[in-house]
Amino acid sequence: MSGNGSLEALRRSGRIVIVGASLAGLRAAEALREEGFTGSLTLIGDEPHEPYDRPPLSKQVLLGKADADRTALPRHRELDAEWRLGVAATGLDMTARRVRLADGTEVPYDRLMITTGVRARPWPHPLEAELDGVFVLRTRQDAVALNRRLTAVPRRVLVIGAGFTGSEIASACRELGLEVTVAERGPAPLVGALGGVVAQVAADLQRAHGVDLRCGVMVTGLEGDSAGRLRRAHLSDGTTLDVDVAVVSLGATRNTEWLAGSGLGAGPRGIACDAGCRAFDIRGIVTDDIFVAGDVARSPHPLFNYQFLSLEHWGNAVAQAETAAHNMINASADRRPHVWVPAFWSSQFGVSIKSVGVPSLGDEVLIAQGSLAEHRFTGVYGYQGRVIAAVTFDQTKWLEHYQGLIETAAPFPPPGTTVDRRAEGLRPVPADFPDPSLPTHGPTVTLSGYSPTDRRITFTPARA
Amino acid sequence: MTQGSMLRKITDYANRADPYPVYAELRKTPVLHDEEGPYIVSTYWEIHGLLHDPRLSSDARNLGPQAVENLADEEDPALPPAFLRLDPPEHDRLRRLAMTPFGPPHTPRRIHAMRGELSRIIGELVDEFADRDRIDLVDDFSYPFPVTVICRLLGVPREDEPRFHHWAETLAASLDPDPDEDAAERRRVTQQARSELGLYLAELIEERRRAPGDDMLSALAAGHGPEGQMTQAELLSTAALLLVAGHETTVNLITNGMLTLLRNPDVLKQLRERPHLAVPLVEELLRYEPPVQLLPQRTPLADIDIAGVTIPKGASVWLVLASGNRDPQRFMEPDRFDPRRKDNQHLGFGSGIHSCFGAPLARLEAQLALTELARRLDNPRLLADPPEYRRNAVLRGPRHLPVAFDGLRGRDA
Ligand SMILES: Cc1cc2nc3c(=O)[nH]c(=O)nc-3n(C[C@H](O)[C@H](O)[C@H](O)COP(=O)(O)OP(=O)(O)OC[C@H]3O[C@@H](n4cnc5c(N)ncnc54)[C@H](O)[C@@H]3O)c2cc1C
Ligand code: HEM
Repeated sequence: MSGNGSLEALRRSGRIVIVGASLAGLRAAEALREEGFTGSLTLIGDEPHEPYDRPPLSKQVLLGKADADRTALPRHRELDAEWRLGVAATGLDMTARRVRLADGTEVPYDRLMITTGVRARPWPHPLEAELDGVFVLRTRQDAVALNRRLTAVPRRVLVIGAGFTGSEIASACRELGLEVTVAERGPAPLVGALGGVVAQVAADLQRAHGVDLRCGVMVTGLEGDSAGRLRRAHLSDGTTLDVDVAVVSLGATRNTEWLAGSGLGAGPRGIACDAGCRAFDIRGIVTDDIFVAGDVARSPHPLFNYQFLSLEHWGNAVAQAETAAHNMINASADRRPHVWVPAFWSSQFGVSIKSVGVPSLGDEVLIAQGSLAEHRFTGVYGYQGRVIAAVTFDQTKWLEHYQGLIETAAPFPPPGTTVDRRAEGLRPVPADFPDPSLPTHGPTVTLSGYSPTDRRITFTPARA
Repeated sequence: MTQGSMLRKITDYANRADPYPVYAELRKTPVLHDEEGPYIVSTYWEIHGLLHDPRLSSDARNLGPQAVENLADEEDPALPPAFLRLDPPEHDRLRRLAMTPFGPPHTPRRIHAMRGELSRIIGELVDEFADRDRIDLVDDFSYPFPVTVICRLLGVPREDEPRFHHWAETLAASLDPDPDEDAAERRRVTQQARSELGLYLAELIEERRRAPGDDMLSALAAGHGPEGQMTQAELLSTAALLLVAGHETTVNLITNGMLTLLRNPDVLKQLRERPHLAVPLVEELLRYEPPVQLLPQRTPLADIDIAGVTIPKGASVWLVLASGNRDPQRFMEPDRFDPRRKDNQHLGFGSGIHSCFGAPLARLEAQLALTELARRLDNPRLLADPPEYRRNAVLRGPRHLPVAFDGLRGRDA
C-alpha cells in the first residue's frame, strides 16, 4: 500500500495483526486507535491472560502485597479488537501476508506488529529443570507457583544469577523472612548491568539484609529426591547446599523461533528494525508492512552511533510501541524515529535503583553525588569523554538532569561541582565491568553492532 | 526593557492583581540579567531544568558576597536554616526525618486519616455564615481553616494563634524581595520574629516531650524513627518551617480558587454538580494562580550555561514559577483556566528535591474547601474585582475577598 489513497484505506478499513499480547502489544493497539485507525485489529497471544504487568511479579506479588491476578495492565481506552488468547503464532508467510497459528488457522494482515518479547532462560539441564522446586520468573503463572511455594516457608531458597530479577527475588525472600542463598558467577550482583564499583554496593545491601551471597561461583548441578523434589544444589567451589526452592534467573531468550524460515531478520538476538520500527528481512532490506516493538526488538540508536540496541525495559516497550503504531499508519514524511533514552528501575532491599543511558558501555564512573558507603548516591558513567549513563540509588530526583547530559553528549566528567559532592566524587574511577567476553546474568541492555541480520552466531555480551 | 525595570515591575504592587502580562514580557528573555541583581528565569523548561540541576544550591551561605546584600540574613545558631534552605545531604536527612511521622513510607495514611477532621472543620466554619449575606472569605474561612489544620497536625494549641500569627506573617514577608524596603530594618524585624517563634516552639516541644500526643511535634521530638533523631536546633527550625509554610500558602490557594471560580461561574456550577472535578481543578489552580509565585533564593555552585546565558557561581537566581506555568511553549492556551487540562505538570509546588513537602495536605485542604464552598453558598458573588491584594510578591494572594450570597444550603443537602 502506497500513496495517500491506500493509506487512507488502510487507516479506515485495513487489517492490523499484533502478535504478542503483553505490554508492547497492548500499548501499540491503543495507540493505533488513538491515532484514528478504524479497521480491524487482532491481538494474538500465547498466554491465556489479558495483558498484565510483569515488574510487580518480582516485587509486590512475591511479597503477597499484590495478587498475581490483579496485575492486569490498566486500559487507556476502548480497543474494539479481536483477541486470540492462549494460542501461539507458529509461522509467518511474508508474501501472502498471513500469520499461522498453533490451532492451524491463519490470520491475514495488511500490517503486522511483532511484540513477542522474551522468555526466561531455563535451567540448562532439562531433567534438573523438571525437579519440583525449580522455578523461573517471567509470567503470571510462574509468579503464582513461586509464591505458593514461598508461602509454604521453604528451608532455604537458592537464587541462581544476581541480575535485577534475581536480586529482587532475593530481596522479597528476605522481606518474607526466608533464608536465601544467591549464587552469582560474576564478582558481585548487578555487575553486568552497573559495573563493579556500583555492584559492590549491591553486594553490601544483600549481605546487610542477611542474604548468603556467594560470588564467583556457579551452580553446577541440582539434585532431587526419589519423588523428584529438589533437595540439594552443587556449587563450582565444591560446596553443596540443602535447598528446596531454586529460582533460575539467568536472563532471557528472545521469542523469535516462530519466525524461523520466514525470511524476516529474526534470530537469537531479536528482530532487527530501523529507527522507525520497521523490521528488516534477512537480506537487510527493510520491510514496509512489518513493525517491531518491545523486548524482542533491536533497533539502531543515535546515541550509540546507530549501533543496534536491545532493551528489556518497561518504558522502552511503551515508547517503542507508540512509535511503531504511529509509523504503521502514517506516510513516510510523518513518521517518527524511536529515540528513547534507555531507562530502567528496580527496587530491592528497600532501595530504589534507577538508571538512564547504557551504563555497561561506560569505561569510567564518577560518584557525582552522595556516597557509596551510605548506599545513597548518583553514579555518572563516561564513555570516550562523554556522559553515557547514570544510576541513582535512592536519589531518583536527580536522574533527569543526567539524562539531559546524556542526550546532549555532555563531556565526561561533567565540569563544575554539585550539591552533595564528597571526596569520592572528585575524580572518576574505572567502572569495572567484567570482561565483555564473559557472560553475566541478565544485562538488560545489549548493543549488537551494525548488522541488521543475525547470520553471525555470536554470544551476546553485556557490553558492546 | 532593562532588568532593573523588569525587577521593579515584578515587585511593583500595582501589578499584584494581574502580574501575568509582566511575566509574558519577561519570557521574551528566558534568563534576564543586567549588571547587578538576580538572574531572573521565567520560562518553563529553563525553570524545570534548574530545579533538577544539582549545581544549583538552596543554601544562602553559597551566595557570593554581592548577592548576599539582597537577602534578609537568617544566621542564628539557635535556629539554623531549615531544610527548605539546605542542600543534600543535610536536606535529605532532615526531610526524611520530617517525613517519618507525616507520609510514606512510614506513615502513609496520615493525610488520608485527616479527611474527616478537615471536613468537620470546614463544615463548622461554613455554618458560621448562616445568618449573614456577606463574608470576607479570607478572614472568615481561607485563613482560619489551614491554620487550624496545621495546629492540629503539629500539636500547636489553636488558642496561641494570635501569638504566632504575627511571627509567621513577618517571616513570610521576609521572603518578599521588595527593593523599596529598608533592608537593615527588615533584617532586624525578621530576626526578632525568628527568635521569638523559636522560643515559643522550644517551650512547646519541651511540653510534648513530657506529655506526648499523636501529633507531629511529639513524634519528631521523640524521634524513634529508623533514621535517628533531629538535634534540638534542627527540630526548632523544622517546626518553624512547617508552621509558617502550612500557614501562608494554603490560604492563598483557597482564596485564589474561590476568586477564579467566581470569575468562571460555569466552572463553579460544574464543581457543585460534580465534586470529582475538584482534583484536576486544584491542579489547574496551582498552575493558573500559584500561591508561591517565585523562588528568589537559589545560587549556582558552579557556572551554569542556560538559554545562552552563563549564570556565574554565587549569583542570586530567581525562578518565576508563575511565569513558567503560563509558558506557551509548555501549555496550550496557557492563559485559559481549564479545570480539565491534560498533562498538567505545573510548577506550583516547585519540582525536584525541594518540591513541596506539604503538597498532599495542601491539595486535600483545597479540594475539600472549594467543593464545600461551591456546594453550600447560594448564588455567591464577588463584591470587589480585583480584590485588595497582600503586598507580598512571592506569596501572592488577596488580603480580603468580600463575597455576597443569598443564603446557605444545608450541610448534607
Ligand atoms: C519479573 C520481572 C520484573 C521486571 N521488572 C522490571 C523493572 O523493574 N523495570 C523495567 O524497566 N522492566 C522490568 N521488567 C521488564 C519488562 O517487564 C519488560 O520490558 C516488558 O514486559 C516488555 O514488554 P513486551 O511486550 O515487549 O514483552 P513481553 O512482556 O515479554 O510480552 C511478550 C508476549 O508475547 C507472547 N508471545 C511470545 N511468543 C509468542 C508467539 N509465538 N505467539 C503469541 N504470543 C507470543 C509472550 O507470551 C508474552 O505474553 C521486568 C520483567 C520481569 C519478568
Ligand atoms: C497551596 C499550598 C502550598 C504551596 C503552593 C506550596 C508551595 C511550595 C513550593 C513552591 C515549595 C518549593 C520551595 C523551593 O523549591 O525552594 C514548597 C516547599 C515546601 N513546602 Fe509547601 N506549599 C504549600 C503548602 C504547604 C504546607 C501545607 C506545608 C506543611 C505542611 C508545606 C511545607 C513545605 C516544606 C516543608 C517545604 C520545603 C521542602 C524542601 O525543601 O524539601 N507547604 N512549597
